[in-house]
Amino acid sequence: MELILSLGIGILAGSGVWLLLRPRTYQVIIGLGLLSYAVNLFIFSVGRLVTDSPPVTQTAVQTTAQAGTQIDPAAFADPVPQALVLTAIVIGFATTALFLVILLASRGLTGTDHVDGKEPDR
Amino acid sequence: MISSPEHLVIAPVLIPFIAGVLLLFFDDRSRKLKASVSVLSTVALLVVSIVLLRITHTGGNTNEGSIAVYLLGNWPPPFAINLVLDRLSAMMLVLTATLALPTLIFSLARWQKAGIHFHTLFLLLLMGLNGAFLTGDLFNLFVFFEVMLAASYGLVLHGSGLLRVKAGLHYIAINLVASLLFLIGVALIYGVTGTLNMADLALRIQQIDEANRTMLESGAAVLSVAFLIKAGMWPLSFWLPATYAAAPAPSAAIFAIMSKVGIYVLLRLSLLFSGGASDFAENLWVQILLYGGLATISFGTVGVLASQTLGRFAGFSVLISSGTLLASTGLSQTGVTAGALFYLVSSTLAISALFMLIELIERGQNMAASVLAVTMEAFGYHDEEMENEEIVGVAIPRTIAVLGTSFAACAILLAGLPPLSGFVAKFVILNALFSPDESGQVHSIPATSWWFLVLLVFSGLATLIAMSRSGIRAFWAPPVDTALPRVLLIEIVPVAALLCMTLILTLQAGPVMRFMEATATGLHTPQPYMEGVMKTSGMVLPPVETTE
Repeated sequence: MELILSLGIGILAGSGVWLLLRPRTYQVIIGLGLLSYAVNLFIFSVGRLVTDSPPVTQTAVQTTAQAGTQIDPAAFADPVPQALVLTAIVIGFATTALFLVILLASRGLTGTDHVDGKEPDR
Repeated sequence: MISSPEHLVIAPVLIPFIAGVLLLFFDDRSRKLKASVSVLSTVALLVVSIVLLRITHTGGNTNEGSIAVYLLGNWPPPFAINLVLDRLSAMMLVLTATLALPTLIFSLARWQKAGIHFHTLFLLLLMGLNGAFLTGDLFNLFVFFEVMLAASYGLVLHGSGLLRVKAGLHYIAINLVASLLFLIGVALIYGVTGTLNMADLALRIQQIDEANRTMLESGAAVLSVAFLIKAGMWPLSFWLPATYAAAPAPSAAIFAIMSKVGIYVLLRLSLLFSGGASDFAENLWVQILLYGGLATISFGTVGVLASQTLGRFAGFSVLISSGTLLASTGLSQTGVTAGALFYLVSSTLAISALFMLIELIERGQNMAASVLAVTMEAFGYHDEEMENEEIVGVAIPRTIAVLGTSFAACAILLAGLPPLSGFVAKFVILNALFSPDESGQVHSIPATSWWFLVLLVFSGLATLIAMSRSGIRAFWAPPVDTALPRVLLIEIVPVAALLCMTLILTLQAGPVMRFMEATATGLHTPQPYMEGVMKTSGMVLPPVETTE
């Protein structure tokens, strides 16, 4: 699972950076989107990849306590990265939407979708 | 801890937030209402900030200042997202409010009409700034950064137009990437330490084992790239002059403090995480700051000399100011930091005044003509007609006299000439750098200090040359088709007020410097800060040797 996740993050980040450096605004925004997916997955993964561990909820803690075992924080999924990822997704979504508006305004004002607002001299 | 108005700490975030959101409900046609609400809330912000400054500086049981911690939701630290108010944050809050009020009044004359929701964007920018200065949590810092940036995107584009959209496109793309880097850095640091609370982080960093240290350091490095982009360190600064020059005048004036947010975070985090270690100055990170700062000053100096319009000139002045602050942070000595803080206040006020002034000066000018004039001068062409003109005494109109005096004051401030505060600031920095230790030992002065001296003085000279050139062009030998700029009283008064602030700063340099020294000492010995934040949690602090 670690290998698949890290490969996924790597491919997303790599494609994102490549697209970001392209001269068309549409490529830039798609690149930013891919990069933010990569970053979100990355944040999620710093909470350690574990399977079958319950979230920290009251019932889950009670079940563990009833089973007689000592409560071990490591047995639960880390809730903080999940919260961070949620915030990051929301903020990323909003700023990307804003960028899209600027991109359209730039296209309308300059008549080209080049990031510098003019076609390069050939 | 403060006992009396405990909730006052969160007021600098709440006041602009509530006022800003409230204004969304009103139509842009009810301009008077909007203007009065936002001016009132900015005045309230200024009052609250000054009260908070007094609390941090002379509050507490022993009257030696205190650190106020506000726990959101009253969770025990380190779990709570907290707001921490110490001298540095209080100082930045006061500076923000001091800039905001004149800028806002300036915008009432014209700029608020140039687009929609100016006041809401402006107030939300203030909220983001204040939040970033107050927060004691790394992820919360990201959130406030985003609030600030989102509002700034709107303000750059305020008034629209081709130039602003082009500059805004680059500005937003770069800052979105910086935000992603910020997130990667935060995630790496959380992955290693398991906490996001700054004070808790500072404690845990000292206990990280060797195996995880690389991961932690790469996290910190990625994180600082995000702040260096914001602060405008060369080579991450090419976006800055173009954006600041394109932004409408009141936005650019308040942006003068936005690049200082990056500096603030770098100063706070690097000194907090080093834990006051004595070998900190040899650290690779600090070296990068120092050399990066020097490179930024050089780049800014070249840019200042090369800029053909005043807007770009002011943008490069921001870079010189940033570079000086970065290099001073990199030198990492208490005395230098104190001087740098004084310089931060002085240069921010001056640059902010300059941005507003430029708009007033350029109002009557034909843009293309003035660019052409500088270029012609550079290539040695002269206006033939000029020489044949009869020499007659010209009555200087009052507007030009006021604008010219303000412009000269800005030049003196930015170049660092006596008698204004720019000189005091540079003098304090250099004096601290070259005077012997308190122990009386004469230590050898490293080569970087000499470089810093040379660059600092030379950047002042370059600023003076560039400003004299533009000043002569604008006031004494304007292009023929120049109309007298129409300047309203509420436009020139804010500029004059900001310049008067620097005058007060000069006259009261003694008390102000004492405050800055206390602030710098607090930064270089972060233990009281860490203890203040962690106190209620009952955690035992490991003994850390305090070194100067």
